[in-house]
Amino acid sequence: MSAEAIDGAALARFESETRARKVGDASRGAGFALIGLAVLLAVWWFGGKIIADNPATANFAGFAPAPTFEKLWEMLKSGFAWRMTWPSLMRIGAGLAWAIAIGVPLGIVIGRFRAAREASSVPFQFLRMISPLAWMPIAVLAFPSWDRAIIFLIGVAAVWPILFSTAHGFRRIDPAWFKVGRNLGARPWHMLFTIIMPAIAQDALAGIRLAVGVAWIVLVPAEFLGVTSGLGYSINDARDALEYDRLAATVVIIGVIGFSLDWICERAIRRASWAREE
Amino acid sequence: MTAAAERHRGRKPGAHIAVTGVSHRFRRNATYALTDVDFEIQPCEAVALVGRSGCGKSTLLHIMSGLTTPTKGEIRLDGALVKGPSPECVVMFQQPHLFPWMTVAQSVGLGLKFAGRPKKEIEARVRELLALVELDGYEKRNVQELSGGQQQRVALARSLAVHPEVLFLDEPFSALDLVTRRALQQDVRRIATEIGITLVIVTHDIPEAVTMADRAIVMAPNPGRIFDIVPIDLDDADRAERRPAAQAAQERLQKSFEGASGRSVELAAARQAGGETLRLAAAGQR
Repeated sequence: MSAEAIDGAALARFESETRARKVGDASRGAGFALIGLAVLLAVWWFGGKIIADNPATANFAGFAPAPTFEKLWEMLKSGFAWRMTWPSLMRIGAGLAWAIAIGVPLGIVIGRFRAAREASSVPFQFLRMISPLAWMPIAVLAFPSWDRAIIFLIGVAAVWPILFSTAHGFRRIDPAWFKVGRNLGARPWHMLFTIIMPAIAQDALAGIRLAVGVAWIVLVPAEFLGVTSGLGYSINDARDALEYDRLAATVVIIGVIGFSLDWICERAIRRASWAREE
Repeated sequence: MTAAAERHRGRKPGAHIAVTGVSHRFRRNATYALTDVDFEIQPCEAVALVGRSGCGKSTLLHIMSGLTTPTKGEIRLDGALVKGPSPECVVMFQQPHLFPWMTVAQSVGLGLKFAGRPKKEIEARVRELLALVELDGYEKRNVQELSGGQQQRVALARSLAVHPEVLFLDEPFSALDLVTRRALQQDVRRIATEIGITLVIVTHDIPEAVTMADRAIVMAPNPGRIFDIVPIDLDDADRAERRPAAQAAQERLQKSFEGASGRSVELAAARQAGGETLRLAAAGQR
């Protein structure tokens, strides 16, 4: 085993250097992110100024950063921001839960069985290319409540990336893993939970991340109809009430939450990923 | 004697294997990969299946381990018909095929987890096995952090953890460098003797067969069949140090191997290559 022994001191040095480089990279990355954010704010501020300075558009001055953040702060303090965000999050959660519950098992079946893959390929690609919002009239007819219709639309939007990523992940499984599993006495549920699930977790989560993006985009127009709660409704309501600062503040909330959801997914993918970067 | 070996004492020794009338044809293939193969392996014996690629030795191993069902014939393990894979006869492949998201401890304990053993028992058994394959203290490491040789040691520990009666090896070390390969060959033989299990090794490497096996079954291709059976009657010191007795056994096996493959390999070249392997290995041992 002497050939495989590792010089402990050298290893420690290497690790500390790697860590130092990672910290350096992270702080540099954060610096650039701040610059990008500052540029975005500057453009926003400049656009707001042009609108405010022009008498013809001065009514829309509420879109500028200053009134927007003032209103946002007020909405946060009063709890109004939370009250309109919560129903949206519930709908997203329910829609995604359905999409995962259907997409992951179906993805496994499609990844596992060639016949299922070939039979489903054309219909699924066809269905996938239909804008989820095109289902809206059908959803409204099919479901007893607006809430459920919206959840359906989110589910329809979110299921495809999850399904296709899971199937892709399954096909990357090393067939020898099943042989090893069978040889060590794995039952079917062992295969599923100890071998298949961890093996495809990363790909399935990558699909969920895409799905969250699509679902969040579909949510706002879906909430334009029927319901009297949620971020989409709030946008419409603010427009009707000519409260442009509230409208802009809601847009900020939508952006921040969308960004956070994506960040959470990204962290989850990193945790589930077992492939080491060499 | 190690703790693992102590634990194994009192258990019945490795299984007797009877291969009867085994023929195998792959679907859509007209020719037989194996025809009328008959032989027996005694409990705790170490047998090498030797031959060129295409002689069906790997297919035979898959059939014996239950991973493949033969077209004709049967395998009996201590008299019981083999119907499918089971932890009683575990297989090690050319690649370790470890699950990359697992730690060393999780990998080694996998078969016991499948068997529903309690956590405490698994932990103790994992420690025992890691000591046996000389990887003490590696429990928490991810398997991807290990070298190729260490990964094969983990795969070996994983295979042995389930108390198998037979260990099948399908060219298990051919992806490793010479020094590591030699060390593992000797270790596997030593461990198999210590814990008392039957060993079946598929290889095309003559020195490997001489190092590990008590007997070599030489196979010939088109169709795959047994060509010859060569006893390798050596004590372990002779094997380890490559004494003249081992050299003689190697030459005997080499001749038979050439006869089976129907092609003339230059014996001198082969012997030289074998000697090279040994010198390197001896250097690595020191």
